[in-house]
Amino acid sequence: MTNEELKAKLTEWHPEASFEEGGEWVNLVSTTGNLLSLMQQLRQEPSLSFDYLFCLTCVDFKTQLTMVYHLTSTTLRHKLVVKVKLDPKQPEVETVSAIWRTAEFLEREVYEMFGVNFLHHPDLRLLILPDGWEGKNPMRKDYEDPVNMIKL
Amino acid sequence: MPSFYEIADQLHSWLNANFNPTWVLIIEMVLAGVAVIGLFAVLGLVLVIMERKVSAWMQIRLGPNRVGPKGMLQSLADTVKLIVKEGMTPSGADKFLFNLAPYIAMIVAMLLLAPIAFAGNFQLWDINVGVLYVSAISSLSVISVLMAGWASNNKCSLLGAMRSGAQIVSYELTAGLSVLAIVVLAGDLKISAIVASQSDGWWIFKGHIPAIIAFVTFIIAVTAETNRAPFDLAEAESELTAGFHTEYSGMKFALFFLAEYVNVFIVCALGATLFLGGPMPLHIGNWEGFNHAMDYVPSSLWFFGKTFFLIFLIMWFRWTFPRLRIDQLLNLEWKYLLPISMINLLIVTAMAILKWHF
Amino acid sequence: MYRETDIIQSADQSPEGYMIINVGPQHPATHGVLHLVITLNGETIKKVEPHLGYIHRSIEKMCESLSYRQFIYVTSRMDYLSAHINNHACALCVEKGLQVEIPERAKVIRVLMDELTRIASHELWWGAMAMDLGAFTPFFHAFRERETINDIMEETCGARLTMNYMVPGGVMHDIHPNFQRRVKEFIQLYKSKIHEYDELVTGNIIFQNRMKGVGILSAEDAISYGCTGPVARGSGVSSDIRKVQPYEIYDKLQFDEVLETGCDSFARYLIRIKEMNQSIRIVEQLIDNIPEGDFQAKTKAVLKLPKGEFYTRVETARGELGVYIVSEGGTTPYRIKFRSPGFSNLSVLDKIARGGKIGDLIAMMGTLDLVIPDIDR
Repeated sequence: MTNEELKAKLTEWHPEASFEEGGEWVNLVSTTGNLLSLMQQLRQEPSLSFDYLFCLTCVDFKTQLTMVYHLTSTTLRHKLVVKVKLDPKQPEVETVSAIWRTAEFLEREVYEMFGVNFLHHPDLRLLILPDGWEGKNPMRKDYEDPVNMIKL
Repeated sequence: MPSFYEIADQLHSWLNANFNPTWVLIIEMVLAGVAVIGLFAVLGLVLVIMERKVSAWMQIRLGPNRVGPKGMLQSLADTVKLIVKEGMTPSGADKFLFNLAPYIAMIVAMLLLAPIAFAGNFQLWDINVGVLYVSAISSLSVISVLMAGWASNNKCSLLGAMRSGAQIVSYELTAGLSVLAIVVLAGDLKISAIVASQSDGWWIFKGHIPAIIAFVTFIIAVTAETNRAPFDLAEAESELTAGFHTEYSGMKFALFFLAEYVNVFIVCALGATLFLGGPMPLHIGNWEGFNHAMDYVPSSLWFFGKTFFLIFLIMWFRWTFPRLRIDQLLNLEWKYLLPISMINLLIVTAMAILKWHF
Repeated sequence: MYRETDIIQSADQSPEGYMIINVGPQHPATHGVLHLVITLNGETIKKVEPHLGYIHRSIEKMCESLSYRQFIYVTSRMDYLSAHINNHACALCVEKGLQVEIPERAKVIRVLMDELTRIASHELWWGAMAMDLGAFTPFFHAFRERETINDIMEETCGARLTMNYMVPGGVMHDIHPNFQRRVKEFIQLYKSKIHEYDELVTGNIIFQNRMKGVGILSAEDAISYGCTGPVARGSGVSSDIRKVQPYEIYDKLQFDEVLETGCDSFARYLIRIKEMNQSIRIVEQLIDNIPEGDFQAKTKAVLKLPKGEFYTRVETARGELGVYIVSEGGTTPYRIKFRSPGFSNLSVLDKIARGGKIGDLIAMMGTLDLVIPDIDR
């Protein structure tokens, strides 16, 4: 499915969804409330069958945190980028680890690096940071560590 | 060339002429003890350097080549290092058992040296149940392994020890049954008698195919019994770091290490004695000239030649095969080797009764 | 929730007869500082829980303060066994942002280097995996060939492990005059030695018993867990980025995507062995056909990417490496995300290891081909 077809289909389903321009793939912007149902639909709909989450990450834009999900299909080979904007004060979003299991580890990484709280995650604990890590989340833009960080 | 036996005999008569019989006994025991400890140390050094050279040869590298001529003194230098090193005892360990275990391993290995016939008529102790003695004592070594594993207070050690326990107990059966095949053929448990029975040919040739089967099962079983790769599950470097001797260091570790090599030597010596005629030279039927020529080679050379050939075989296994998994290891023993060696023993017994062997 | 709630935090909470063992962070089988907490019942594995971060250098954060030319050098330290391919992915991503067309010669050199790196990486994996199974000798046999590749790399790139040869716009230097001759010599050497691999390891009955039917990973799970590279292809999932989304000149080359349907450790093993042969095939096609011309496109001294997001996917020796750059228009990336193949491949370990023995776990870790700095980043 080409980008245009994909876009048309998605608009048909989710008239409220907006698209971001730029990038080689379709950028769909969803909301925290709709995310889980949208993702389930993307995964299960046979004409889309986005069965493979190849990248899950978060970007700190200071005024907002953006969760970025890169999806592809191993059979149809089309790609889709889903974005969700979160409130940096209290970032919360539903987990997608029940749909794609790879999300479990990736979400744990985002959880500790950006402080995003994934609701209903089966095992939301620190993965990379040492046990008992307190304080800010290292990948946030406002994180400062005068000892270990070298600015060029 | 004077044989070991003549030297021992002359010493014995000289001592008898100069001392009373009690002192002679004591002096001879001390001499034998010193000889065994000396042999123990020398064997350890030789086998370690041999293993390193063999592995280097198989792995397209040079091996030790800095200390002494062609690196031959490397293991001596290593021994000095190990002696000087601190022997650590982990704080949670059972101190008594932890320190006792390596000595038991070494004592068992030393006891096993007693009935081995190193040359024609040269034995420390020609006990009338020699083969039985060796199988009985060698099974004691599992105690030291279990003791070390338990007392270390380390989970990896414990797992290694448990594996080793299961393994040694299982493989002893096959080793024993394979040895029994030769005992049945020779009709004696005494090592010197078994050697003497091979004066007209080694059992591996005289005993037809069953003897060869017995030899193969014996080699597999003793490789497992001495915890050598591919059966080195008790140590299993990549799985359990070092298995039962994870927590040992310095000389205590070295004792385990030495005991392992001496055990390898002993089982190979036993294999050479039972299947390959021990100190007996190679005789082929009625080739008189050839047989005479062979007789000129000293019996000790024959013995060590055969033993080191078998040791080389076991080292070859180690450096080529991957390790088995624990369930595969026990399957191999209980489902294949044990039935094979039992049936083989029956065939050998029938053969011995019907005098089908040469 | 799909997962049983048997997450055991400490020994006190463990059910009767269960034992918890730490494999790592210092352990001979983890090839680095991976820390696995495994729960055992006897020898049988009940649960595997990876604890990461022992070699976390926060490369993503570091890159945020490095310019587009500088950050590529840091990425060699992620998956150090396929350093070229990491650099390649980053260079591609920057080029995508700059919209630079790079010369043909640079493309061919890049692909050649990638494939040589892939062979070198698989060689090391082969030796290390045999070592995990208790066979020490294959390691040295593998290094005999690997060293030759390293020598070739050293001559052209000046380094043996972290090459830093790819730059935005092409490659840093032209190839060494000896490059073609030595690569051909290597191909000869490789072809004369590859049968030893099969004789020593692949055909070994103990090895096959250890690998076959162990670590079953179904195709659905492989996709769901985001497995890529040989791990996914061992389950029959076509995931070779060189085929599904070709970059550089891979669409013009003759090579096969190796697929096995065994789904077990042995299938994953065979994939890598066969991939080495495919890489040799690619190198053979290119080595005599390096076009003349520039090795680098003209680029500005200070690179500035337009505002936007750029994502490239390449196939490293371990699987799919994704580089995601978010640019705000400055000289440094606003945010970089490296989607590393090892991270997703590691997450499947718990799934495939349960019910196996400790020895199986080590063998499975071997076939997943984990490189810890790649996982931690």
